[in-house]
This record gives sequence, C-alpha cells and structure tokens, in this order.
Amino acid sequence: MSDTTQNGSVLAADGTPLKRSLARALRRQKIRALLLIAPLLLFVMLTFIMPIGDMLFRSVENDIVSKTLPRTVVALRDWDANSGEAPGEEVFTALAADLQIAAEAKLHTRVGSRLNYETPGISSLFRKAGRKVKKWDVENDGPFKEQFLKIHKGWGDPDVWRTIQTYSPKFTNGYFLNAADLQKGADGPEWRPEDEQIYWLLFKRTMFMSMVITISCIVLAYPVAWILANLPARSANLLMILVLLPFWTSLLVRTSAWKVMLQQQGVINETLVWLGLVADDARLVMINNQFGTIVAMTHILLPFMILPMYSVMQTIKPTYLRAAKSLGATNWTAFWRVYFPQSIPGIGAGSILVFILSIGYYITPELVGGTKGVFISNRIAFHISSSLNWGLAAALGAILLAVVLVLYWAYDKIVGIDNVKLG
Amino acid sequence: MADASNHDAFVEFERVQKSYDGENLVVKDLNLSMPKGEFLTMLGPSGSGKTTCLMMLAGFETATHGDIRLGGTSINNIPPHKRGIGMVFQNYALFPHMTIAENLSFPLEVRKMGKSEREEKVMRALDMVEMGAFGGRRPAQLSGGQQQRIALARALVFEPELVLMDEPLGALDKQLREKMQFEITHLAHRLGITVVYVTHDQTEALTMSDRVAVFEDGRIQQLAPPDKLYEEPQNSFVAQFIGENNTLEGVVKEINGGVALVQLDNGDLIDAKPVNVSQPGERTRVSIRPERVEFNKERMPEGAHTLKAEVMEFIYMGDIFRTRLRVAGKDDFFVKTRNAPDQVRLTPGQEIEIGWLAEDCRALDA
Repeated sequence: MSDTTQNGSVLAADGTPLKRSLARALRRQKIRALLLIAPLLLFVMLTFIMPIGDMLFRSVENDIVSKTLPRTVVALRDWDANSGEAPGEEVFTALAADLQIAAEAKLHTRVGSRLNYETPGISSLFRKAGRKVKKWDVENDGPFKEQFLKIHKGWGDPDVWRTIQTYSPKFTNGYFLNAADLQKGADGPEWRPEDEQIYWLLFKRTMFMSMVITISCIVLAYPVAWILANLPARSANLLMILVLLPFWTSLLVRTSAWKVMLQQQGVINETLVWLGLVADDARLVMINNQFGTIVAMTHILLPFMILPMYSVMQTIKPTYLRAAKSLGATNWTAFWRVYFPQSIPGIGAGSILVFILSIGYYITPELVGGTKGVFISNRIAFHISSSLNWGLAAALGAILLAVVLVLYWAYDKIVGIDNVKLG
Repeated sequence: MADASNHDAFVEFERVQKSYDGENLVVKDLNLSMPKGEFLTMLGPSGSGKTTCLMMLAGFETATHGDIRLGGTSINNIPPHKRGIGMVFQNYALFPHMTIAENLSFPLEVRKMGKSEREEKVMRALDMVEMGAFGGRRPAQLSGGQQQRIALARALVFEPELVLMDEPLGALDKQLREKMQFEITHLAHRLGITVVYVTHDQTEALTMSDRVAVFEDGRIQQLAPPDKLYEEPQNSFVAQFIGENNTLEGVVKEINGGVALVQLDNGDLIDAKPVNVSQPGERTRVSIRPERVEFNKERMPEGAHTLKAEVMEFIYMGDIFRTRLRVAGKDDFFVKTRNAPDQVRLTPGQEIEIGWLAEDCRALDA
C-alpha cells in the first residue's frame, strides 16, 4: 500500500508522494464544487460585494478636484493657506484655463457642489465664474485675478482657496471627519460648531434604540418560544403560522397600522379617553418619537428573535427539567440553573439578528420616527437621494459597518460565536 | 400478589389508576408494596404502564385515583423536588452546560449545603463510581458508560433512601450493559437503598432484582422473585414474556393428584401441572421451557406421556444447541441442550420422542 521514503514522506502505491496523489484525487471534487456555486458567487460578486466595495471606496475618493482643476491644483501647491491673503495671479491664470475647459464639458458645477459640502457658498462662485470664463481668451485676456474678483468678491477669500487646496489630493478623509462631526481646521481636525453636530447624536441614538428594541424583543419572545417548543407538534405548528403571519403582510402596511394605533386620534388614545384614564386635552404622544419607533420595530423584528430561540429550545429535552426537580430544585431554580443557560445560544443568535437588522433599519423610523426617532440610516438615505453627497453617505455607511463588525467581534469574545445557533 | 396493607412497607401503591385522556386507563388498579432496601424491577413491553408508574412515584405525573405512600405518608400532593427521591433517566439527563462536579454538586447546592461539605460529598460520590478524575470534564466529553456512572452518582450524592431508574442502561452496548448491571446491584445492596428499576429487558430484570413486577395492560401480571417468575409463571403472558417458552393448546381431561391430563388439539395426551385450571373441560395453554424438554429415553421420567416429534432444524450456538421440532402439528417447538461431550446432535428429518416432568409443564389460562 503506502511506503515511506528516506525523508519521511509517505508514498502512494505508484510511488508518487501520498500528499500529491491525494490532492490530485480531490481536485476534481473541488472543481465540481466550485462550478456548482459559480452562478451564485458571480451574482453575489456583481450585486453585493462590488457595489459595497464601490460605495466604501467613495467615502475616501476625491479625484474630482485634481481632475477638473489640474493646473490650479499644481499652482496652489506653494500658496501658504495661513498667509491671510488670496493667492497670486499665476493661480488665477491656471484657474481660468481649467475652468474654461471644465465649463465646456459642464463639469465646473460638479466641482462647485463637491467643494460646497466643505465650505458652503463655493458652489455659486463656480457657477458664476464658469458662465463668464467661457467667453474669455485665456492666452491674452490676463491678468485674471481682478476679473475673478469682479465676478464675485468671494474669489478673494483665503478660506475658499484653503478649501480648494485642502481637497486637492486624490483621496480625502474629509467625509469621515464630517461623518464624525469633525472638520478640517487650520491645524488639523477640529469639532464642528455645537449646533452642527448631528451624526454623533444619531449614532448614539441608533445604538441606544437598537439595544432597547433588542431587549424588548428578548422579553417578549422568550415566553412565546418556550410555549412553542413545549407544545405538541400540531398546536406548535399552528402557533408558528401566527408567528410567521407578519412576514406575509407588507412592512408598510404593518408600520401604517401602528400609525393608526398610536396616533393622538388613534385607537389607543381614543380608548383611553373613552375609559376616562386620559383627559381629552392630554392625549398621549406615542408616535413620531422614539416610543413609536421602538414599539413598531419591536413588533416587526419579533419573529427574528422567536425563530432562533425556538429552534434552540426545541433541542433542550424536558428530562433536564425533570432531572433538576428530582434532584431537589424548585421550578424556578430548575429553570434558571438548568433551562435558561441552555437557551442562551438562542438568545444570542436572536439578539445579533435583531440588533444588526435594527441598526440599519430605514422604513419604519422614517414613517413613525418623526424627528426624535430617526436612525442614522435615514440620514444616509437623505444624503444618497436628496443632498446627493454620496461620499458622506458612504462614510456614514462605512462607520455603521465597522460598528457592526466590532460588536460582532466583541460578542464572539464574550459569548463565543460557536454558541450561536440559528436553526 | 402484592399486599397493600403491609406495615413494613416503604413504598406503597394502593388502588392507583392513571388516565391521560379521560377515556383509557394506562394504569388500572395498581397495588404494590415494597420493603426498605428492596431492588424491585418493573418489567413489561412498551405501553404497559411501567414508566407511568415510575413517573407517578417520582411526582412528574399525578395519579388519577388511589394513594401512593412513601415511608407511610401519602405523597400524592408533594411536588417532585420535595420528595427526596433520586432518579436516573434513560438518557442520563446530565446538564450539558455544567462540569461533572457541578452536576453532582447541584442537588447539594439546592439543599443549601456548605461549600466544603459539598466538595467532600461530590468527591466521595465520584470515587464510589470510580470516576474521581473526571470532575472537571463536561458530560459530552465522556463515553456512554461513563455518563451512566455519573448519572448514578448524581442520583445518589444527596443520599436519598429511594432511587428510581428509568431504563438507565438502554443506550449502552451489550458488554457494558452487563458490567453496569452488576455494578448497580452491588452498589444498591452496599448502600442499602431501595431501588425501583424500569426496563423492558427481561435478562436485566432477572439478573438484577430481588423481585420483578411484570406489567401488561396497565396491571401487574405477576410480582415474584426472578427464579419463581421464570419457573412458576402465573399466566401465559408471563410465561411468554419471560424467557423462551413452548406453548401447546388443549383441553383438560382430568385432574388427579396435582397432575392434569391435557388432551392436545390433535388428540395426543400430555401431563401438566394445573396452575390456572381447576376442572376438566377447561381450555388451557400449557407452557414448557425448552431446556426442560427431554428426548433421551434413558433420562425420560417414568410413566410420563410422550409426544412424537420430527426434527426440523438443528442450530449450533456454541454453548448450547437449539433444535426446532414439529410437535402436535406445530413446527415452532424448541429444545435447548447443553453442549456437553456426550450430548446427542439431532439431524433434521429424524423422528424422536419427547417428554418432561409434569411439574415443569404448566397448564395456564387459554
């Protein structure tokens, strides 16, 4: 069968090393397996991994400035931003040349809006200048500094030029700084003015509310999962359909239903007023705030908690409880010391699922969250579809992704990811 | 049968009935009394009610009717955790998230025992089952036999006077099972505990118990020591269920001096001991053990009726020979003989005469 050569490696029957022989034998299997998953792999690459990669890249990409204004960027290199004066004639000459080309291609407004994210007002400078520069003869009409200042005196503002200089490299951390409520100051990053800090608050709120939603899901789901796991199969299946029922209803419908329930003229308030528990002029505010978001999202995410809990609890045999009782434990001790520890993997799996889902949830907070109950995802959506600041949206998304990964890592360290059972 | 009014009784079932659905009785009129220190086995096919009886005794099921007493006091309304009964479960039910030592310490902790006392008792219990070195392991790291020992140690560590075992050896292979049977009986006798043991394996029941209760159809069919159960079955179910058994059917012709003359359905006459028959004319089913059948003419009891038999098959089993015969028109009659130097080996087709002592052949209910 096998033989051993002098250097200790095992040989197959035909004399080739056993390792190589085995690898050859397994290669065909591997290729087949690869071919079988190839369509899915391709699909995932094209629709998931590549868009995400592209989006993440956008959070640092900044070549629009150096591409549209190449000469200006070079000419600005020697300008001292702290001099308190606008740069000299050679920079304006370069800018005129760049802008003329850019205006032909209608690219000058894009640079304008890109730089406008950093210093508001720049956008209109570029728009106005672009219109005029088109008619100039770049070779002979100089000097240009005066003419630019005539178009708009903003061109003489050193802050405008500082912004152009700061954002001239191909890559920038500007979006990330912005996403963390920082900005580029004269000496490196500095906090934005207090009244402009919104992202830090949104991140904190997203974390806090996701945590509250996860905890309320655990509290509500545990008894349900327990009953499901301990009922005879027939009734358990019936109840399981009730648990899954929400999945067959549109998310929008369910969220809107909560609007009907919770609003000030809604079912709950009307009932409370009718019962006399709440005065008519002091109706409870339960929607368009954090409370509404938490209630609606707990309801929507509850099945994601029940299902993993149920699948874990199903594997816990009732004899464990009986054994504990026969050993002298009361019902509570038997549950707490024997049943509960064995159900933790289900709680862990459900919590990870619910927390990660809720941290990136968008529709429900958008509909019932008002201003106090919106999540960071709503801000990301705003930058994607309204302000069109995709770079900032990408940076916020990247931070969110990093937070989830860190939490996942922490969970693995504390509880152990092997303990998670999803089914 | 069981004497429910026994004053020395430690465990007593009195007229106990159990129904799950309100229509069928799973346990019908159970009466049983056990003295302290007895090893009693409940034996029976599945669905015969034996496990239900055990669960009622443990407190996991409530009796629909009747009284269960432990040490003279009724325990019908005492919850399981206050009964102080040790229990070994079918699949051990060791808590998977605790180490072996924590498993054993659990019953002591819930009894609020101090740490040093706990550790000492756990160590003693582990040593008792020769598992002293395994305290830090988890149940999943042990083999089936080792888990079995731990389950036993856990049921004994809080020193209960009564221990219940629900088919504890069912998951082990044959050799290990035999070894554990031996160990469990020795341990039980050494500690002087009372054991109620449930099994469907009759060998286990016979080798381990002081007395065996054979369950069928929600009733105890016979309660007797193993030898009596095997040699003197009270009815045909017990005769069939315990050990190998040949049955022949016929009608009682006459009963004379403790011997019944039975006419088989094909007209042949045999001698039998009347057990469940009292007068001529009754239909009966006679039962005879394969090892009590004699075909060697020299050893045949004098004056006994004999039957003609044809050898159908000779099976060599090592220590014994099994021979299948056609007797009285039925071809599932077996004879067992010891593999001794002078033993005759029958060949298929051979015509022989068989006979037996009248007291080995029991005329039971039809």
